[in-house]
Amino acid sequence: MAEQVTDATIIAPARTVKYREALNEALREEMQRDPSVFLMGIGIAERGGSYRVTEGLMDEFGPSRVIDTPISEASFTGAAVGAAITGMRPVVEILFVDFALLALDQLINQAAKYRFFTNDAGCVPLVIRTQGGVGNGLAAQHSQSLEALFYHIPGLKLVAPATPYDAKGLLKSAIRCDDPVVFMEHKLLYTTAGDIPTDEYCVELGKADTKRTGSDLTLIAWSNMVPRSLAAAEALAAAGVDVEVVDPRSLVPLDTETILASVSKTRRALIVQEAVRRGGVASDIASIIHEELYGRLAAPARILAGRNTPIPFNLALERACIPQEADIVAAAQALAQG
Amino acid sequence: MYPRATLVDLYRTVYTIRAFENRCIKLYRQGLIRGYFHPYLGQEAIAAGVCAALGPQDYIVSNHRGHGHCIARGADLGRMTAELLGKATGYCGGRGGSMHIADSETGNLGANGIVGAGIPIGVGAALGARIRGEDRVTAVFFSDGASNNGVFPEAMNLAAIWGLAVIFVLENNQYAVSTPVESVTRDPDLYKRGLAYGIESFPVDGNDVVEVYAKSCEAAATCRRGDGPVLIEAKTYRQMGHHVNDPGLYMPRDRLAHYKSRDPVEMAAGRVLALDHSASADLQDIRSVVDTEIEAAVTFATDSPAPCPQQFLERTEGY
Repeated sequence: MAEQVTDATIIAPARTVKYREALNEALREEMQRDPSVFLMGIGIAERGGSYRVTEGLMDEFGPSRVIDTPISEASFTGAAVGAAITGMRPVVEILFVDFALLALDQLINQAAKYRFFTNDAGCVPLVIRTQGGVGNGLAAQHSQSLEALFYHIPGLKLVAPATPYDAKGLLKSAIRCDDPVVFMEHKLLYTTAGDIPTDEYCVELGKADTKRTGSDLTLIAWSNMVPRSLAAAEALAAAGVDVEVVDPRSLVPLDTETILASVSKTRRALIVQEAVRRGGVASDIASIIHEELYGRLAAPARILAGRNTPIPFNLALERACIPQEADIVAAAQALAQG
Repeated sequence: MYPRATLVDLYRTVYTIRAFENRCIKLYRQGLIRGYFHPYLGQEAIAAGVCAALGPQDYIVSNHRGHGHCIARGADLGRMTAELLGKATGYCGGRGGSMHIADSETGNLGANGIVGAGIPIGVGAALGARIRGEDRVTAVFFSDGASNNGVFPEAMNLAAIWGLAVIFVLENNQYAVSTPVESVTRDPDLYKRGLAYGIESFPVDGNDVVEVYAKSCEAAATCRRGDGPVLIEAKTYRQMGHHVNDPGLYMPRDRLAHYKSRDPVEMAAGRVLALDHSASADLQDIRSVVDTEIEAAVTFATDSPAPCPQQFLERTEGY
């Protein structure tokens, strides 16, 4: 498991980097630190990845550790499993989470179960970097938010960072983790910027971060719903509703302690999820809140989620499927008054 | 021509697999082994011949019909039997059973319940070894059934473009569960598929342990030279149904009889006897010793404790 470094408080001096640059730094630092770390994926070597996350790494580490693959998701993911169980720490890039569906046998039947079958004698230190969510008109096979698929599987860890700080710190921890981690990036976050410390740091898996403190209502969100929820929180503040925003950052393990502490304080919870509502992580978080805090809530926890439909191409239709800032504001206001 | 000791060792392995399977099938029929049990009867020469060509540093990847691979790699018969019985002392502590034994001490990266899934895993083991600069060959065992899964051509292509030290051992036992190979492929010479990926590929008589061994030695040498991967199609025939409870009624009697007349255990004995006509007594001694070892394994397994549910629940909390 990752070394523990105090998170959330950024100690000066800080620098401003983009999300994709933060990920790149994490990969570079871990590859420098540990020769067993190597990268595989489609177009990640010469081209530096479609979202430029692996830019420059082949020049520094050579083609034996930054490996371009054919479009064979099942088999290069399987190869990563084979390398991981024999002492390597592969970081695989699956260009879109939609394509990860081609590799589900290797992720779910193989990677997630190897430690189990070997009675803990073996382990699978594997990171699957992938990205999900709507972009700008990428349609139904390049826009899904599929974290619930992985959330459901014992043996997988699941991370969905929202900021450059979290992206770097969590990726470093994921690479050092001895178990398979699905590392879910968001295509709209790659060019967003934020501060990170100059010194090395890790963010421990399973620790939520309270991105904004408030007293009237807890807004729980991850990935691209975090910046949107923070923006909504500012609008709500202007309207007199003081919102606390909790970002779980890793969904497995899930920091229920921080979530429940916040909801105990505010007595109201709104969970905002880009993924479709049915069978989603938000539903599980809501059930945990209700199970643990029933009777102490001022209102039932509410879920604001993506619509149960494939993602449409047309931008107006796409927007209609995904919680927007105005939707969050409206849902929070209704809940605060309820 | 190989020395007598080599032929005797090959015979011992082939016989051990046969005797282990027969003994454990008996345990299964007694209701002591549960779940799925896919016997390796009829294919013993393949695991024995391939594994004899490997060194201790090499890896193998097994599959659902995997007992023979474990044994040929030198697995502990007691821990194997214990796993089949679901005991705490088994290779998986009772978590896996017949289809999930892995043994890091013998470089056995594991059996698998998903047909074909081990093929890319073996390629990855070879890739890791290459990145570390280690001289290791990885032998991946899979079947004609697996050869029709997409990961076979994908993984073969990965190994080919990266020039990895992988021996793909395609055990063509002619059935994918109950489906005969000729009904699901136009050309039943499956080794030819490797040629399309630009890799050295050839068929062997999978019932003749000496031929399998000879060709596997060549394949391993090819891989160690850096000219891998290699695809070996070992042509054989299952001597039973898909699993212990499958009577295999779809297997034509004359075809089964033909392959039983070319039984791998008898053929292995024949190879020794052809070199040394007076070896019968030695072979009998080997059988007695192996039978005793297997009985000791069964005793160890039956006497072993069951896994503790409480401890299991505690240890799996983090999943």
